Amino acid sequence: MTFPVLSIITFTPLVAALILLLMPVNRKNEARVVALASATFALILSLWVYFNYDQSIAGYQFVEKYEWLPALGISLHFGVDGIGAPLVLLTGVVMFTGVLISWGDDNPHVMAGIQDRPREFFAFLFILAWGVLGVFVSLDLFMLIFFYEIAVFPMYLLIVIWGWSVTREYAAMKLTLYLLIGSVVSLVGALAMYFAQYQNTGVLTFNMLTMESARFSPSFQIIWFLPVFLGFAVLGGIWPLHNWSPDGHVAAPTAVSMFHAGVLMKLGAFAALRVGIMLLPEGAKYWQWLIMAFAAIAVVYGAYIAFVQKDFKYMVGFSSVSHMGLVMLGFSTLNADGLLGSGLQMFSHGAMTALFFAVVGMIYDRAHTRQIPELGGMSKAMPFATVGFIIGGLVSMGMPLFSGFIAEFPIFMGVWQVHWFVAVICSISIVITAAYIMRNIRQVFFGDMPEKFEGHITDITILDKVAITTLCIFMIVIGAYPKFMAPMVQTGVEYIMRLLGGS
Amino acid sequence: MFTSISFASILPEILILIVGMLVLIIEPFWKEEKRRNVGWLTAGGLFAAMLISFLAGQPGAPTSALGGMIRFDWLGFFFKMLFMFAGAATALLMMDHEQLGKRGEAYLLLLASLIGMNLMAVSSDLIMLFLAIETASIPLYALAGFMLGDDKSTEAGFKYLLFGILTTTIMLYGFSLVFGFSGTTDIYQLAEMFRVGAIAPLAAFGILALILVGIGFKVAFVPFHFWAPDVYEGSPTPVAGFLSTASKAAGYAVLLRLFFIAFPEPSLSASWTTTLAIIAAISMIVGNLLALPQTNIKRLLAYSSIAHTGYTLIGVVALTQLGAASVVFYLAAYILTNLLAFGIAMAFSKATGLENIQDYAGMSRRSPWLGLMMLTAFLSLTGMPPFGGFVAKVVVFAAGIQAGYVWLVVLGVITSVIGAYYYLNALKFVYLYRMPNQDEENHPIPLSRPYAIALVALTLGVILIGTIFAPWFNWSDAGALNLF
Repeated sequence: MTFPVLSIITFTPLVAALILLLMPVNRKNEARVVALASATFALILSLWVYFNYDQSIAGYQFVEKYEWLPALGISLHFGVDGIGAPLVLLTGVVMFTGVLISWGDDNPHVMAGIQDRPREFFAFLFILAWGVLGVFVSLDLFMLIFFYEIAVFPMYLLIVIWGWSVTREYAAMKLTLYLLIGSVVSLVGALAMYFAQYQNTGVLTFNMLTMESARFSPSFQIIWFLPVFLGFAVLGGIWPLHNWSPDGHVAAPTAVSMFHAGVLMKLGAFAALRVGIMLLPEGAKYWQWLIMAFAAIAVVYGAYIAFVQKDFKYMVGFSSVSHMGLVMLGFSTLNADGLLGSGLQMFSHGAMTALFFAVVGMIYDRAHTRQIPELGGMSKAMPFATVGFIIGGLVSMGMPLFSGFIAEFPIFMGVWQVHWFVAVICSISIVITAAYIMRNIRQVFFGDMPEKFEGHITDITILDKVAITTLCIFMIVIGAYPKFMAPMVQTGVEYIMRLLGGS
Repeated sequence: MFTSISFASILPEILILIVGMLVLIIEPFWKEEKRRNVGWLTAGGLFAAMLISFLAGQPGAPTSALGGMIRFDWLGFFFKMLFMFAGAATALLMMDHEQLGKRGEAYLLLLASLIGMNLMAVSSDLIMLFLAIETASIPLYALAGFMLGDDKSTEAGFKYLLFGILTTTIMLYGFSLVFGFSGTTDIYQLAEMFRVGAIAPLAAFGILALILVGIGFKVAFVPFHFWAPDVYEGSPTPVAGFLSTASKAAGYAVLLRLFFIAFPEPSLSASWTTTLAIIAAISMIVGNLLALPQTNIKRLLAYSSIAHTGYTLIGVVALTQLGAASVVFYLAAYILTNLLAFGIAMAFSKATGLENIQDYAGMSRRSPWLGLMMLTAFLSLTGMPPFGGFVAKVVVFAAGIQAGYVWLVVLGVITSVIGAYYYLNALKFVYLYRMPNQDEENHPIPLSRPYAIALVALTLGVILIGTIFAPWFNWSDAGALNLF
């Protein structure tokens, strides 16, 4: 029996949440310490998994299996492939930085972070993280959906309790209902696959490794691919079902936005890939054009809407739609280049957007406005955050030497092989992205600071700086030294290509 | 004739009867202020009865007992355990109710009703079944109208009585037609009668319709649901909780045994499964849509329980072993969850006298633990993991899909999203809104010991059934096996 590292990672947040809930209500700092300690523990373990992953073998590693309900073929079955391992690491990173950002600053001028009921906040955040990690490591379809839904409901509470008071009730309900519809539609599809699999193989099991070789009939795959893929892709922010996402990002408190855009949207993309494309490859081939069209629209449309936003956080929210569109675009190529790019883009975008939301949150906490035209000159007060945002911006624009380039380039290569004109159309988004990122850097961070902010804007705390540094390190390392991540994702892609018939 | 099997088959009922007698004998000797201890006696007695039955009265292979009146099998046994657990929890919740708590007869009525329900789950003869249903119902009529000075309670009791008598009479008419056509009242012999065509299909369909009226009243599916919101709102809250859980589950126990055993003939089942599928669809739609505008928590739970009846029916409609198992599992999860929800409503109205959802504002700040329990109950009702409601919903939907009712399952998932809206809306009051007077948030809602015990046990149960679901499902499955 090997060291059950994946189940320890997965259940660390749950244990932390339970400990937090058992703590006395008024011990705010103790709650924060517990949260940080468990987040650090999860980060270390996820790094351990990342560095011990054997990049020479395709397939699932660190596999653990415990029978849970043999009568229906449900088991706790964990394992990561080359796509899942970076996402586990991403979750560890975002958990760690999210806790740092939420630590807060009870200076009455600033009131950053979570001051109201931090104990509950961290508990719900960790339940969310529990669900997220569970999805990334589950090899059992039932448990995957189980964890997937666990990741949905804490979002409602996190947004509605600690969110931006203007839109939180509307946004939280909209987000939850969108995600619930998506997940239950996928659930119906998953159950249909379960019984179809039973007919084909005679084994009643939710084991996805068995389902991969279940040989569903092409007509079955064509019928069920769309509900399954789109149901999960709702959480991936696919156009035209993306509407919940910018509203949700804006209403959520900073750490939740980071988690939401950084990790949760990957959850949707990951599950759509894992269940939709990998288990129903024929369906994926049949509907390839539709997914590609949706993704292409998301890429360009998201970038354009981000360009016209006046609200800083909405801008970042729509840029997420655009960048997640690139992930979906990579999926829709169904070739090795596109999938490699998507795998990298999921990590790159997760770190980048978490950084964006962190910086936006820091600015809002101090300036109490997010209207871009009203802001200015932040680089004087918050030089460190400015550097962080610029690095994030370079990633977002896809500059060489940063992770965005390494991720987006293969996606476009993959798309070119399928439909070259889609690649041409989507490349417009890179120009638009560069335009709005540069414009915002100039307006918000440089230029003159409006008089009303003079003297009110304080620099960010040391914990914020640690968080920004952590995120930046990953983006630069991947960009400057692609071998850090690309070969690992490559192993995952090889496995998927085998399921797709080596095309 | 009276063998050890016969004894074991009604052991739980005998034990409940003993508890009831103890209540009757001891209660007059206790002084007024100590009378609420009858609740401890009832709950403890029921718990002991469960334990003894579990250790000494487990069924082996299904057998017929007491002259063919009773079927001694796992299905009935699991239902009995559920009812007794619900009864014990209800007894605890009754203890601090102003009008119920110190009245020994309230507990006695509860116990009498429990005996009826237990027998409903095991009756294998129509006459026995009818007696069991009446034994279960009549004490509940009295309990629903127990608060004499309260107009709403009186109305609830009266409404429940009239509805109950009318529908049960119609069902009895159906039973009498069965006897008239076939010459037998034994459920297990009826299947054979239908198989050889002793009863004309048209007559059989009429009989089924008449019987469904009575069961429809018990489980409160549309169009026999009208009593539920008024009765739940008016009757004492613990009684409403009992009505919406154990009483409903007892209706399902009858539905499962009667329809799976006596009417599974394809020529017959095609008609009643279609009927029930349509009823299930309408119940899910009507229950969820009418729950949306509710402001009173008990009315909200009443409409939501109508919707849950619809989900449970999917498993019945499937007419497979997985279907029956999913119904039993769903009911187990639902009983725990809904009792928890009603228990919280009871504890809250006991402390504040308020029953509207908006009065729950600030509850999580006043009592974080009570807030978490409410979160557990409502998320479980929504069908969210890691709570019982999620697994229950998945198995019911799985049964539906296996039997080819994809349209019904799709309707189920869509209406469950509608359900999420009002459950989450209620949680918004608990977690987001502040009390009008924020100083009051420093006063936690007082929870007396019986409430604390009942609520914590129910919360743990809801979580347990949603995480370690294997034993529960295996028990449900073992029960379902008895139907085939």
